[in-house]
Amino acid sequence: MSSVLILVDSVSGKVSKSTAEIATFGRRVGTVIAVVCSSDAALIVPQLAEFAIDRTITCTGVEFEKFSTGAVAAALAALVTKEAPAAVLIASSARGKEIAGRLAVRINSGIITDAIDVDSELITTQSVFGGSTTVHAVVTHGTPVITIRGNAIEAFRSSSGTNAPVHEDFSMSYDGAGGADRSAVLSVAPAVKGGRPELTEASMIVSGGKGTDGNFAPVEALADALGAAVGASRAATDAGWYPHSFQVGQTGKTVSPQLYIAAGISGAIQHRAGMQTSKTIVAINKDPEAPIFDVADFGIVGDLFTVLAQASAGVIAKKS
Amino acid sequence: MKIAVCIKQVPDSWAEKKMGNDQRLDRASVDAVLNDLDEYAIESALALVEAHSPTGEVGETSGHSITVISMGPERATESLRKALSMGADDAILINDDALAGSDALTTSKVLAEVITDGGYDLVLCGTESTDARMSVIPAMLAERLGFAQLTFAGKVALNGSTINISRQTEFGVEEMSADLPAIISVVEKINEPRYPSFKGIMASKKKPLVRKSLHDIGLSAAEVGSSAAWSTVKDSLPRPPRGVGAKIIDDGNGGSQLVSFLAERKLI
Repeated sequence: MSSVLILVDSVSGKVSKSTAEIATFGRRVGTVIAVVCSSDAALIVPQLAEFAIDRTITCTGVEFEKFSTGAVAAALAALVTKEAPAAVLIASSARGKEIAGRLAVRINSGIITDAIDVDSELITTQSVFGGSTTVHAVVTHGTPVITIRGNAIEAFRSSSGTNAPVHEDFSMSYDGAGGADRSAVLSVAPAVKGGRPELTEASMIVSGGKGTDGNFAPVEALADALGAAVGASRAATDAGWYPHSFQVGQTGKTVSPQLYIAAGISGAIQHRAGMQTSKTIVAINKDPEAPIFDVADFGIVGDLFTVLAQASAGVIAKKS
Repeated sequence: MKIAVCIKQVPDSWAEKKMGNDQRLDRASVDAVLNDLDEYAIESALALVEAHSPTGEVGETSGHSITVISMGPERATESLRKALSMGADDAILINDDALAGSDALTTSKVLAEVITDGGYDLVLCGTESTDARMSVIPAMLAERLGFAQLTFAGKVALNGSTINISRQTEFGVEEMSADLPAIISVVEKINEPRYPSFKGIMASKKKPLVRKSLHDIGLSAAEVGSSAAWSTVKDSLPRPPRGVGAKIIDDGNGGSQLVSFLAERKLI
């Protein structure tokens, strides 16, 4: 039976949701081997028991945090040689795509990024040009390296945790391109998260645009009532109303949550490109002609401040 | 210091893009522009040189040089000229019919050949092109060149032969440093790219723009282009338009109606 390597993604020892999702895709193809490249491996491996994973491999002998993504790519390349998998699946984060790019160069293989579906024959589905076109593509050379977007599948989780994958260590070395691949992290100021989910992983997002006039408080209030992430349009980030890292759109993040609420966002192609594959879209805008209504499942023509305040109160009342 | 900035000409990011019959992006029907995100890389290069120039200006007197490099058809010279008019010193276009349909692996191979040949100390890129949006070229270049990789920089500073950057990741704000040679990608908002001045536009016409063929960089036609692309599009189709949903006018109850809609869809 063929196997698939998946790269485990984690933040501060906590395995990300995307890992469970790519494992679920991996199962369609064959045995799933999860690769851990982190000094937090001891924390990470037990968390993998509830996912669709058959074997786990911890790469040892390299302080991955001291190198760029090159060290992780080297680890995966060595395991591709050892395990001869049918494919390598990686989450489509910024870091995941860097690792995938380096791995494809290392193992001389084709690469497909940002897949939203992968079938048992490794045929991928991508949503390109801002979600206006669906593409089916396939890697034709080497061991396919495929990155998969978050929220593309309902992740398999074993409730009993009886999945208990077989674990082994893989000892390796990495010289960092003769020492050139060294980029020291001098300091890390932890992200101020405010308890909200990460934008690309969130199952719900409330975004604000020009119509907020710089006041994001009602956007954040509804997001917190729903347990959603906060996003922003380019107009809002360009105006300095919200940090750039929250920008959704062609030049920002591409998201595909269960629910996307656009408040005071007109819906220029620039913005729609980043969100129109969301499952359910709600738009609130003063202008009845705003193009965002063309992609909305539910549109409200009105003042976002009154609508959002009433909706927040309503959601809180419903949940309590 | 020799700086290279890799740029790409892309369809205008505000235009609707579609696939052509050859299962590749139809580039002919839309305006071509310099990739938005590459302008930040050009501006970063200019600002770095200005900060380390005895006269505070770019150009020969600075003791540094900025070369813009692009792989693309002849009309990509428009984007290279724009970079020259902003202040870059010279430009290289790798243009060969055989390159049409190349994948990211080939593009990075071609760029790496030109960068190695030019002996650059620092390579700057945008984070991605707004057409393909793969965001893999900077990492692929680092892998091929064996340069230090500092990607998604929100701030860049040079101290001697050490580059310092700061960047925002899921872990927080990271301060990083590496010795040259290095490859950096810069995020949007790192700076405000300058508009070419009239003087800059006039001067750009006299700046060197070198055209290289595959033969010039030592690659063969068999190694590049669509036949050497290691992924292939089987088919593509326009996404069916979303069914337009209900649109209501807020009569003072809009928020409550939204809550009912969310409950109906089992979202709350």
